[in-house]
Amino acid sequence: MTAPVIDGWFTVDDGTAHLLGTRCSDCRTVYFPPQTGLCRNPHCDGEDLTGTRLSRRGTVWSYTNACYPPPAPFVTAEPYVPVTLAAVELAEEGIVVLGQVKDLTVEDLHVGMELELTWGPLADGPPVWMWGRP
Amino acid sequence: MSAVILGAGMHPWGKWGRPFTEYGVAAARAALRDAGLAWSDVQFVVGADTIRNGYPGFVAGATFAQAMGWNGARIASCYAACASGAQAIDIARTRILAGLCDVALVVGADSTPKGFFKPVGGDRPDDPDWLRFRLLGATNPAYFALYARRRMALYGSTAEDFAAVKVKNALAGSLNGNARYRRTTTAEQVLASPMVADPLRLMDICATSDGGAALVLASDDFARRHGASGPVRLAAVSTVTPTFPGTVLELPNFATDSTAAVPPPERTFRASIAHAAYEEAGLGPGDLSFAEVYDLSTALELDWVEDVGLCPPGEAEKLLRAGDTALGGRIPVNPSGGLASFGEAVPAQAIAQVCELTWQLRGRAGARQVEGARAGLAANQGLFGHGSAIITTT
Ligand SMILES: [Zn+2]
Repeated sequence: MTAPVIDGWFTVDDGTAHLLGTRCSDCRTVYFPPQTGLCRNPHCDGEDLTGTRLSRRGTVWSYTNACYPPPAPFVTAEPYVPVTLAAVELAEEGIVVLGQVKDLTVEDLHVGMELELTWGPLADGPPVWMWGRP
Repeated sequence: MSAVILGAGMHPWGKWGRPFTEYGVAAARAALRDAGLAWSDVQFVVGADTIRNGYPGFVAGATFAQAMGWNGARIASCYAACASGAQAIDIARTRILAGLCDVALVVGADSTPKGFFKPVGGDRPDDPDWLRFRLLGATNPAYFALYARRRMALYGSTAEDFAAVKVKNALAGSLNGNARYRRTTTAEQVLASPMVADPLRLMDICATSDGGAALVLASDDFARRHGASGPVRLAAVSTVTPTFPGTVLELPNFATDSTAAVPPPERTFRASIAHAAYEEAGLGPGDLSFAEVYDLSTALELDWVEDVGLCPPGEAEKLLRAGDTALGGRIPVNPSGGLASFGEAVPAQAIAQVCELTWQLRGRAGARQVEGARAGLAANQGLFGHGSAIITTT
């Protein structure tokens, strides 16, 4: 696997992908991408944010695609296959996370359907988290 | 005491390929002529910055002032993404209300490249605006499309509704000499335009444009001495931040805030922007004669209609279908033609909205005139939590 473009946002463990967030040990607010340092809850003075793996399943909040190749720094495959994107709501964390969708098009998706975290390569090799069929 | 608008001026929107300074100076001169004032009367200049035109764009206030001829005026430059223009207005208004100046000139202008807004160049893995392109290919229209699809799922909006917004705004824009797109369109044409980010088609999404807009603001004392009769008043400028936790996925973010510890706020960010303006003006949605809202997409106009309180959530299509939000309707929305007819010239856009408010409230909007206009609202949302709404009254 090529080195990820970003460090510490997700991991693949025995073939299973996990989003890596952080959680405030005072108020339990969850952050993705992983926030370090200070908790952003205005009612909390927490400064201890520790790593946490996010739920791997959630429901589609919304979705779309990119019918035209997105501009750089995105690297497009040749020939271009439209990128599908889904914003997926994780109930336990109370958070919506955007990601590319693997092996599904907008025709296969609907708001409220369940998706599971997976991963796949960007066109130039580095892996990224993706949402896929459970 | 309040601040009033003595002059409004624009350089027409288009894709002219000229330096942004030229548009800004043309708009500034038009606003000064409109106010019956000279450049030498201006005591304070505020420039809304553009980040796509090199260093002169980062210090837009000075760039415009130098181009018009250094006159020793006090100065400020500011950036707040799409809300830059509103923030520039707020800075000028505050200085006037503090008694530190009588006459201020606010200018915003942009010169934009073709196509999607791209992130600023260079590898910047710490910048979410760079990373969202790198990792996801998530363009601005992708976010607009997420909101549109969500709206369809929640409220049953259709592609035909979105097309009807474009038809309405194109008709208004055809009557506006400053608009870039002056042709009327049909729902069939919108629905036949290429899909860009499902469910949004090319004609659902606003383009990027060149343009410039300017306002001359003054204290009401000065306006009286100057002999201005019944100038348009700035009743509110709301520049609020969101309230934690934000539960709408905002451009350019990868995720929303978490509601694990704190429940969602009473109002979404967009709704809170207008709410703060109403509170400040002592008015409500029912007092408005019309509204200019930031229709980055057709579907987003429908969201805004609800967010500024013209109807409850889920009912914007009802107003649209009844013709209430069209010119001649009960509460016209985007009588200027909106971003659909202008395309976005980021630092100039919020100022352009207030130019339209001014002309409408003076009864000088020509064929676009909203009958008996007494109060108007302009709303927009910048990136990274810069919201703005402005209310003007006669
Ligand atoms: Zn906390």
